[in-house]
Parts: sequence; structure tokens; C-alpha cells
Amino acid sequence: MNGPDLATTYLGLPLSSPLVVGAAAPLSADPDLIPRLAEQGAAAVVLHSLFLEQIEHDWQEWEHHQQHGSESFAESLSFVPPNAPTHLGIAGYLQEIESARRRVDIPIIASLNGNAGGHWAGTVRAIEQAGAQAIELNLYAVPTDAERSGGELEEEQLAIVSTVCTATRLPVAVKLSPSYTNLAHFARRLHQAGARGLVLFNRFFQPDIDIEALEHVSNVLLSSAADLRPPLRWIALLEGQVPLDFAASGGVAHGTDVVRLLMVGASVTMVVSDLLRHGPGQLRQLETELTGWLEQHNYASVQDLRGCMSQRRCPDPAAFERAQYVRAISTSPAGSALGTHL
Amino acid sequence: MSTASIDGNEAVARVAYRLNEVMAIYPITPATPMGEWADAWAAAGRPNLWGSVPQVIELQSEGGAAGVLHGALQAGTLASTFTASQGLLLMLPNLYKIAGELTATVLHVASRALAGQALSIFGDHGDVMATRGSGCALLCSGSVQEAGDFAAIATAASLRARLPFLHFFDGFRTSHEIQRVELIDDAVLHALVPQELVAAHRRRGLSPDHPVIRGTSQNPDVAFQAREAANPFHAAAPAIVQEVMDAFAALTGRAYHLFDYVGAADAERVLVLMGSGAETAQETVEALNAAGERVGLLKVRLFRPLDTTALIAALPPSIRAIAVLDRCKEPGSGAEPLLLDVGQALLQAWAEKPGPLPRLIGGRYGLASKDFTPAMVKAVFDALARPDPPGRFTVGITDDVTRLSLPVDASFCTEAADFRAIVYGLGSDGSVGANKNAIKIIGDHTDLYAQGYFVYDSKKSGSVTVSHLRVSRTPIHSCHLVQQAHLVACHQWDFLGRFDLLEAALPGGTLLLNSPFPPEEVAMRLPASVRQAIRAKQLTVQSIDATAIARELGLGGRINTVMQTCFFALADVLPQQQALEAIREAIRHSYGRKGGRIVEANLQAVDASRARLQQVPIADDEPASAAAAADPSQAPAPDPLAAASAALRRLIAPQLARQGDRLPVSALPADGSFATGTARFEKRNIAESVPVWDTEVCVQCGKCVMVCPHAVIRAKVVEPAALADAPAGFAHAAARDHHWQGQSFTLQVAAEDCTGCGLCVEVCPARNRAEPRRKAINMEPQRPLREQARGHWDFFLSLPNPERGALNLAHVNQQQLQEPLFEFSGACAGCGETPYIKLASQLFGDRMVVANATGCSSIYGGSLPTTPWSSNRNGRGPAWSNSLFEDNAEFGLGFRVGFDQRRVISAQLLRDTPGLPAGLRQGLLEADQHDEPGIFEQRQRVVELRQWLEANAPTSALNDLADDLVKRSVWMIGGDGWAYDIGYGGLDHVLAGGHDVNILVLDTEVYSNTGGQMSKATPLGAVAKFASGGKATAKKDLGLMAMTYGHVYVASVAMGASQEQTLRAFLEAESYPGPSLILAYSHCIAHGIDMAQGMTQQQRAVDSGRWLLYRHDPRRSERGENPLQLDCPEPKLAMAEAMAGENRFRLLGYSHPDQARALTRQAQAEALQRWHQYAARAAAPADASKGAPP
Repeated sequence: MNGPDLATTYLGLPLSSPLVVGAAAPLSADPDLIPRLAEQGAAAVVLHSLFLEQIEHDWQEWEHHQQHGSESFAESLSFVPPNAPTHLGIAGYLQEIESARRRVDIPIIASLNGNAGGHWAGTVRAIEQAGAQAIELNLYAVPTDAERSGGELEEEQLAIVSTVCTATRLPVAVKLSPSYTNLAHFARRLHQAGARGLVLFNRFFQPDIDIEALEHVSNVLLSSAADLRPPLRWIALLEGQVPLDFAASGGVAHGTDVVRLLMVGASVTMVVSDLLRHGPGQLRQLETELTGWLEQHNYASVQDLRGCMSQRRCPDPAAFERAQYVRAISTSPAGSALGTHL
Repeated sequence: MSTASIDGNEAVARVAYRLNEVMAIYPITPATPMGEWADAWAAAGRPNLWGSVPQVIELQSEGGAAGVLHGALQAGTLASTFTASQGLLLMLPNLYKIAGELTATVLHVASRALAGQALSIFGDHGDVMATRGSGCALLCSGSVQEAGDFAAIATAASLRARLPFLHFFDGFRTSHEIQRVELIDDAVLHALVPQELVAAHRRRGLSPDHPVIRGTSQNPDVAFQAREAANPFHAAAPAIVQEVMDAFAALTGRAYHLFDYVGAADAERVLVLMGSGAETAQETVEALNAAGERVGLLKVRLFRPLDTTALIAALPPSIRAIAVLDRCKEPGSGAEPLLLDVGQALLQAWAEKPGPLPRLIGGRYGLASKDFTPAMVKAVFDALARPDPPGRFTVGITDDVTRLSLPVDASFCTEAADFRAIVYGLGSDGSVGANKNAIKIIGDHTDLYAQGYFVYDSKKSGSVTVSHLRVSRTPIHSCHLVQQAHLVACHQWDFLGRFDLLEAALPGGTLLLNSPFPPEEVAMRLPASVRQAIRAKQLTVQSIDATAIARELGLGGRINTVMQTCFFALADVLPQQQALEAIREAIRHSYGRKGGRIVEANLQAVDASRARLQQVPIADDEPASAAAAADPSQAPAPDPLAAASAALRRLIAPQLARQGDRLPVSALPADGSFATGTARFEKRNIAESVPVWDTEVCVQCGKCVMVCPHAVIRAKVVEPAALADAPAGFAHAAARDHHWQGQSFTLQVAAEDCTGCGLCVEVCPARNRAEPRRKAINMEPQRPLREQARGHWDFFLSLPNPERGALNLAHVNQQQLQEPLFEFSGACAGCGETPYIKLASQLFGDRMVVANATGCSSIYGGSLPTTPWSSNRNGRGPAWSNSLFEDNAEFGLGFRVGFDQRRVISAQLLRDTPGLPAGLRQGLLEADQHDEPGIFEQRQRVVELRQWLEANAPTSALNDLADDLVKRSVWMIGGDGWAYDIGYGGLDHVLAGGHDVNILVLDTEVYSNTGGQMSKATPLGAVAKFASGGKATAKKDLGLMAMTYGHVYVASVAMGASQEQTLRAFLEAESYPGPSLILAYSHCIAHGIDMAQGMTQQQRAVDSGRWLLYRHDPRRSERGENPLQLDCPEPKLAMAEAMAGENRFRLLGYSHPDQARALTRQAQAEALQRWHQYAARAAAPADASKGAPP
């Protein structure tokens, strides 16, 4: 007897399962790792992010070093060869796309990360030519300018999405942070700008400090179970409200986590931290757990449960809103212990 | 036919590249760019005329390049090379061979002076004339257009004549001048060099399928005849060249002849010369004839083989007097080469002609790129008109010694170009780039002729650049500096007070100022002399704060777009709208791919420039403003040369004021010897910001003092009483080192000599706890500090230096109290080399003799007008000399054996001097001088000896040799280009011997001085010039090679990784009584790093294992210890991370990511392997490691 059907679609791409490898350099920057991920059941791989600021920064660096110290002393009017690279900053990324396409059959999704300016259209076109099958556009932003309103920033991001979607025929998913005034409204605007999907959510990198050396310390913390909650809630809220595909990102560590996210409406779940902790074999483990759960609960396919617990279809729509928060806090043992009063 | 605005080097390279299959290259100024172009094109896969990509191969020297050239020619390929000056001399032996074997090739030579009394990178024909006897044809071009044309003509003629050609043109004046030229398309080259010529050349190549032997050894019976057998080829060559020239004319419309006559058909006075000077002479001849004179000019194109018949035939029959000008000097000869040959031609011709032989005189001009002006040309014609013209003369200088120079009327001017400009900029501020771009815009968008020539000074930081620009409706023949400018632009306000930049301003012209002051203050801020000149010449003054605009728009210090826009606004050579659109188009073209922000910022800069360029009225009698008067930085600076001797003032002051051309011969030493300690007189004030000391935070470690590349941060420890008269604000603190308990520590900055590099801040370990972004050293704007800092510095210098013998040299904080005898060099801001040189000068300067290989260190160490090498209060300090690039180890060894011999003689004299107290004699002969106290005591004995000699043997030869009894510390200093490549053979030989020499290799891993070409020290994966695709082989392990001798002290150091280890290595190396080799990692501007982070990059190089720290001391073997000590732990930083910090490595990832990844992996593996190899060697039992192979 065949097991449950795990097949799903995301951004119009037919996938063998909802288990997609999320964007992370340690997982996809090494061209030898992608075939291993595919062997372990990855339905698609989102390549690590190409940072638009990095490309522009590379060009500025290139320009700077072309000029630095030049035309100053008669014997050394320049210090670097004059050849301008064709794909400065993205040549390596394009090679990775081409290599991945050659070596695996699963869809390869390119990830672009940026929040302003940049040579978006040209970069997207080059990525499309290299063979990527979709684009994940990561609008990672940490606004710090007190003079600029949230509305201005959202308009800027929408313009980027529009530019990218106009420049390519590939489907585009937008990866967002949870920090929007009205995420539902913004999601609708993103759809209008051409996006086909949302990836929820970015986890912000949070710096630390070294109290001995009085310096900043950069280290990335892997996601935990708590990180599952924001995508779970927001996919549940948005599913059905906006005609977009949803990818859940953050905190997936068990087959049941995948089930939960599918139930609130996710098309796919992105897995990163769990793979970084346990290696590519963890994909197969997740798949086994997912299959087992589906069999145990007599689901013939993931489509049978997808969206069943979204806000529109769940038995308690208020659970995802403020009322549930009030309820949860007031009944929390921790809240009681602290004498919290709301 | 298409045109382009390019310089002579590019014009030649474009042709040579297409007409060759193998190019053997080696960098040498001013020919380097030709090789760089060829390498870049080959790396980009550009094919030659016949569809193959030429092999461009860099050698270890020009001698090597000539060998490869010779071999490639023998293999039947079309091969070429580019060179100049000493490089051409190194090729000389091969030229005889190549010519003797009747082999077709062209060497393109950007001709340059040969080093005699001094090195000069500038142009004259001394190098080419040294090849006259080789049998090569010598073809000379005089302009950028001709340089490209003659590159093609020479190649075609060479293949037909079967003679090697030296195609030469004036270094800098032609090689670096930009002109709009007509390009030679492929069809023309195909027509000139048909396949059958190539095939014939190939057939002459060696092949085992039809073997011959060449290069035999011949006996007296036949060698002479064999030498004469080639005569028909030399005899036929001139006609062949003319035929090729005629074919070229038919194809392009540009006609040339072996000798081109210009001027009056009935001229009686004619000038004969070749090269760019002939262009200036043409301009002058045309002006003189237009004024009613009858003069002429004969341009010599083919100097060898000389067709005397054609030469005579080209002269007008009316000729009565000829002046031949040579751009070279042959001391002791009857005449310079061209003069000799013309004389011979005249004698031959007039033997069969009626009438008197024309009067023949000759002179030297333009040596080492001395500007050759129309006034000088006229001076020669005037001399020819005299009834008694001088037979031999010089022109362009004032010779008050041998009185050979002709008087020149400097007011004579023939400037004919419609628009002329002179632009003064600061090195690397974008001024030159802006002007080059302006020339290209004019060339690309109009039918106008445009010319740009750029003059640089000898400083690598804070240099002054001067752009000379001409635009004209007719062709420009003015191959000389602009003498009368419609526009003078000053891009750096401080220049206004430093030298007269309005001398060449045309009355009624315009002065464009990049002013840090608002327009309403500009007039008041101008130095009085400038205001006076503006009024006298009725100049219009336009002002803009370009630096502010660039800063506001995020363009850093690059003011190119702003100043270019202003240039076109004022130059009136293009309609304004057209000019603006052309600038915008150039911006989009240049920056389009580099991101919207760069394009946008530059486009905004165009608009801002238009809006903010403002005319400034200069009233007749402008009072200084209150603001200006209150600004101490605006007060007239005291004369920095006030403390200099009259002789030094006479020599240096005019050079600093850019008036060195006016110095007469008598002002210059005849043998090239100059006083040291003169850089302190410059006070260049080039730093925007300078370090300021925070006494509270400082831990007095001395690290900032040690790394300062320019010796501008110094520390002293003095008795508190010594500070009683300290000027207000003079910072000091209680000394922290218990060794100096109760004394005061002070750290001061020579703000006027600082370059503002920031290395001191980087290495400072002390953070301000209240504000951790601040340290014990912080950069602050220089201008407001200048006045006070000057007083503080002078007071600091007046404080006593510590007793050298009392310092514990094992500790950096004490050692760094030693006075540096290398200060304020013109090296790049943040230079990684100079801290090592300075350290050596602190430790050993008073007994140091330096042989310095040509390169960066010889340039910032020995370029006029001043030198950073200096002496202490006793008048002792390093004695320094530069021989060549290739022979520095041998040169230094010569010092050693010379001093050793002098010591042997002095010791013998000591023994033979009767009556000398035995104790003194024994003390002098047996002195232990391995450390500071030992040397001090020996000096005391020498004083005692001198006193005794004065009283008892005043005529003894020992009087002259007594100082030789004190240790002489011989140092050979140079870069990796010298030690790893061109000088390696000599270096190896010196190491193999047992002489007590110290070799300091400043390893920047590229040829830094010529702009970053690959050497064998270049690491795997680095992109460098001549290695555009990344170096695919590992860096040579010079230290390991030296260690295999067993008896060589070897240290590998990186000051940024360990100051203490560096210090130990220097002390050990110098004390070791045999050959010592210190390999010093030197970060460099060519690495593509933020120079303020140079020491961090050194640390990363060590942390990743790319550079090891170790010391190999053979003395340890004698003690039964392993001689090798590895001073760095196992690499812990990923190679990829370390390499990502330097642009030279990142570049490969931009263009060849796969290769970059592969090379990075390889570099990682090799670094680990190398560290383990060294660790194993260092851990091995002492006997096993002694002299053991790796």
C-alpha cells in the first residue's frame, strides 16, 4: 500500500513534499551539499542569500581600489589590473545556480536580500538566465532613521518587489519580518506588486557585546521551538485573505511542526536550523515523522489537511487575535506567579 | 577610421598586441603600462590579428625577458617586449645575438635616462643610444600618433628586412601623453604584415624536422667574415622602411619618411633632432617662419641603419648652418651620437658637392624629461645665426660651471592651441582622472584636437599633480608644458601658499579654486601674493567647495566629477548643454554597472557643481577678514628651512617651490652626494586629521610609536624639571614603567609631517572605558591643531633623548624611546615597509650603512628634494646608497668586504703604531661590539686613540681609519621584486658566503613601486598585474631556502602580528656575525586594503598561516638547541576569511569564482601543511634540523 501523498505546490512549482531547505550559506554555498540534501528528500532548495548591498558594495570596493592611490606617483599610476569583471559580486552565485541545476532535479530557488537601491533588475535577469526556477526576495530591513515613516519604508519595499517582478518571468516570493503595522494589508499590496508567495518570517540577527573587550560580537543563534509560533499565527491569519502561497520559516524541528504549519495554510516549510544542528539526514527524519503522523491519522495527502486550522476554517477564529492573548496571559501559571494583572 | 584619446603606451600596445604571439615582459617605468595592457587583454582572451591569444609571460628581469624573446623568436613565433632604461641595458647581450642572427622582432622602448649620478625615471635617449652597436634598427616616433603608427611600420619592416627593430619614443612625454589619435584597423595591419612574411619568419624557426644549429662559436679564421656577411641586410633596411612607410601612407593617408623636413624651402639654418622634441621644434619653426625667418627642421625617423644619402637629400639646398640636438649625453665623447652621424654624413656628401660645408654645431637638450620649449628651440636658431656659434652647447639649463648653456629668452612663446589649462591637484584626488576624462570627452564628441600631459612629483603620499591640457582646432605639436594658460585650476587650497601657480596664467584668464571657504571669504583668505597676481593679470576667480560636495554626496575625497563639470563650465570648448550631457553620459558609462547610488551621486555632483560654482570678486585692496585673522591655521607658517644651512636652503628651497628648473649647475653636487636629514624641512601639512594623545587612557606601551610609518609619533621620558618651560598644553604624564619611576613620559606628534594614516589608532590597545570608541590615540582635524602642535614638537625635540645604553631593548616601550634616524618619508600614508626601516634606524642607525635596491624604499628614501634618512645629535646616522635594482646584495657585500678590509688595515696600523698604550691597543682590537654598551665603549676608545694620535702621530694613516675600528652594520634593503626575482641570484650568493651582512626584505608580495605587478613572492590566488587571472602557484619560500644553508640567520616577521618578535629578530639578526635575512611582511596599498587597517591585515595573515613568524638562529645549534623557533601558533583563522579582507584576493572571486574557490582551498591546505612542516622542523632534535633539507 502506498503511503500518504506528500506532494504540494509552491509558487507554481510542483514539489514532492513540503520540506524545503531554507536560505542559509552553510547549507547551499557548498555545491557538494545540495545533491546530498536532494538525496535526503529536500523538495526544493532556496540558495543562500545574495545581498544586493554586497553587490553594490563590491562594485564600490572595486571602484575604490581602482582609484585608491592611483594617479599620484609617476611610476605607479594604478595598482590593480584594469579588467572590469562582467558579473562582479554575482558571478559566483550564478555559477552556484548553474551547478545546482546540473546536479539535482529539484527546483532551485534563488534568494535575493536587500532593502533599498541596488541593481535589482539586472541581477534578477542574470539569475533567471542562470537557471533559477523561482526567486525569494528577502526584504530584511532594520530602519533606524527617525525621520522616515513606516509608510515610506513600505512604499520603498513595494517598489523593489514591483521592479523585481517586472524584470523576471520567474515566480517571486517575498520574505518578511514580523514587524509591520498591518501585515495583512502589506501582504495584499505585495500581491498587487506581483508577488506570488510570502515566506514568514525573517529572524533578525541580534548582535551581542563582549564586556571584557568592549566590542560587539556577531554570532547567529539557531531557531528554537518558540520561533514556530509567529509564522503559525500569521499564516493562519493570512491564508484565504490574500491569494498568495505561504512558506513557513522558523522553528521546524519535528514532523508535527510541519503538520501544524500545513494545517494553518502553509504550502511548504523551510528547514534550516534543524539541518544545521543534525545534518542533511534530518530531512529524511522529518519526512518519516510527517508520513507516520499522516498515516496514523488517516490523511491520504498533505492537501487534505492544508489550511484546516487557518483562521477562516478553525473552530476558534479568535484564538489568533488579541482576545486569545488576553486569555493566555491571564490564565498563565507564570503570569499568576508574578501577580500579573491585566 | 576610428579615433581614440589614448596615451603613447596604449597606442603602441594596441598595435604590438595584435602583431605578436609571445610577449615577454617585466615592469619598468615608463614602459610598464604597455606590458600591463598586453597582460590585461590576454587575460580577457582578446585575440591577435590572426585569431590566437598571445602568450604574455612575466620574467624575473629584463635579462630574462630578453632570453625568452630570443628563444621564442628562435621557435619561429612573432615575439616582442617592452622596456626602458636599465631594462634595455639588461637586454643588450641578447640584442646583439638577435640582430646577429638576422631575426625579426620589435622592442618597444619608452626611452628613459640611465642612472648615473642618480636614478631618473624620466625620458631621454641615453638607453637607446647604448644599443647603437647591437645591429638593431632604431626607429624613433615623436608623438602619440606616430608611436602607434611606427609600432606597425617597425613590425612590417622588421619582418621584411630580417633585422630586429628598437621602436622608441620619449618616456613620459610621449608614453604618457594623451592625444586623440587615429587608430590603425586590422585591415591595415593585414596589408602591412601579409601572411607570407609571417610564414617566412616561422620557417626560419628551429625545428627538429629540418634541423640547423645557431649560436655557434667561431674562430678567428671566419668570425670576421661572418660578421660582414649580414651587411646586405643592414644596407637594404632603410629602403625597406621607406617602402613600408609608403605603403602605410597609401593605406592611412599618414605619410612618413626616413627623414622628414619641415620649414622654409630656402632655409639657411636647420635643426636636426628626433623624438617629441621635433614636434616642439616644428611648432617653433612654423612660428618663426610666419614671423619672417627662414629656418627649417629635419626630423630623424630611422636612426639605424642611417641612410646618409637620404639624410642629405632631405636638407634644403640653401642650407648654411646645422644644429644637431641630442637628448642624451656621452661624457668624454667627441660629440653626441646624432651629431657625430650628421657630421659624418655631411663630410661624405660635401666631399662630392660644390660649395662650403655647412656650419655644424650640436648640443644636448631635455635630459631626464627636462621640458624642451619653443624658447629653447629659438635659442638654438639664434645661436646658429651668430657668426661664432658654439660648437657644443646645452640648452634648457643654466650651466655656470662649464658655461656650455645657451641663453634662452623665456618670454618667447608660440602657444597656438585655442584653449590651454593647467590644473594643480593632490595625488589620487581624482584631478588627473577628471582631466583625462575631459580629454576623452572632447576627443569623442568633437572634431577638436585635445592633449593632456600629467606631471607628478616624487612623493607617494600627498603628492602634487599638474595636468597640462590643450584643446585646438588644428593638430597640436606642443610637446611641452603649457606656458600660457587660459585657465588655471587649483584643486587644493594649501597649494596657494606653497608655490606660484599663477606664473603661467594668461592675462585676462581664469583661476578656478576648490575652496574650503564660502565664496564671500575666498578673497580674504587668499595669500597676499596670490591676490596681487590675480589683480596684476586681471584674472577672473571662480570658486567651488568641491570637497564638500563630494563629501555630501558620499563620493569620499574624489572631486573628479565636480571639477570636471567646472572645467567644462569655464573652458568654453563645448556648448554647455552638450558638455553636460557628455559628462553625464561618461558617468553612466563609467559607473552604470556599479550600482545606482554611484551613478546618482555623480549625476547629482554635476548639478551641484553647476549650482555652486561662483565667481568671486577680488577687490583692489582686500583686507583680511576677522574670521581669517582669527584662524591660526591661516597665519603665515614659519619658514621650515629656517634652521637649514645656507647651502641646503639654496638647494632645497627652489625645489620645494617647484622652481628647481632654475637651479644652476653649480648648485648641484657633481657626484650625486647629498646631505641627509632634510625631510624635516618640508612640513608638508598633508594630513586632514592627526593623532591626539589622551594621557589618561594611555598605557605607554610604545606600540603607536613603533608602527608609525613616518616617525611622527615619538615618546620621551624626562625628568619633570625638564618640562618646567614646556609650552601651554604640552601633554605629559607620570611614567608608568617602574624603570622610569618619578620621571615624566610624553608622547608628541609632528602634526605637520603626519600623513594621517591612522595606523597608530589601530594598534593602540587602550580603550577609553567611558567611550569605548575612543582610544589613547584619536584622530582629530589637523588645521586647528597645527599651530600649537608645531610649538609642542619643537619643544619635544629640544628635550634630551634617553641614554641609549640604559634602555632595555627587549621591551618595545623602552626600545621605542630610541631616536629614529628615518623620518617623514614620502611613502604612502600607512606604508607597511617604513616601520621596519625606522626600527632598524633606531636600533643601529649610528653605525649603519645601507645598500638599497631600487624600488619603493629607494624612492621614498632617496628621491630629491629631501631624504628621510637622518643623523643624531652627534652627527652620526645611516649612510645610504642605491646602485641598481638587480645588484643590491652584491653592492652591499661590496660594502662589507670594503669595510672589513679597512678594518684589517686599521688593525694592522694599530699594531704597527709604536708607543700606543698597550691597554688601549688591546681594547680597540679585542672590543666586544655586539651590543650598545660595547659600541659606546669602543667609540670612547677611538676618541682616546685620536687624542693620542694628535699628540704623538699626527700624520699617521690611522687618523683616517680610526673610525673603522667601530662596528659597521651593513644592511641591504629592498623589496620582494629584488630579493625573490631580479636580485635573487646575487642574494643567494651573498647568503651562501659567510659575511656579516643584514638583509631586510620588505615583502609586499608585489612590485609595489611600479604599480603592483606579480613577483615570485605573490601568494597563491592573489590578483596582481601580470597575474590578472590570479597567481596559480605558491609563493616562493625564500626563508626556507636560506635556512638550508645552515649558517644563515633567517627571521620571518610581521610587525602587526607581533612587535616583540619583530624586535627580537632585528636584534638577533644584527648581532649574528654572518649573513642574516629578515623577511618582513609589509602590507601595501597594492593589496587593496584600508591602509589604516594594515597592521590588522598583518595579524590576519599570520592567524591564517599565510605568513609565518619564525627565527632561525644558527648560534642555537652551537648551544645544542634547535636553531629554528616557530613564533606563531597553528593557524586558527580560515584562509577564506583572511583572504576576503584584501581586494587582491577578492578580485579573483569577482571574475573567476570557481578558480578563486579552488585556489583558496589550495591556499588553506598549503598553509596548514607549511605550518606543520615548520613546526616539525622546529621540534626536531637539534642535530636533525641543522641545515636539514625541508
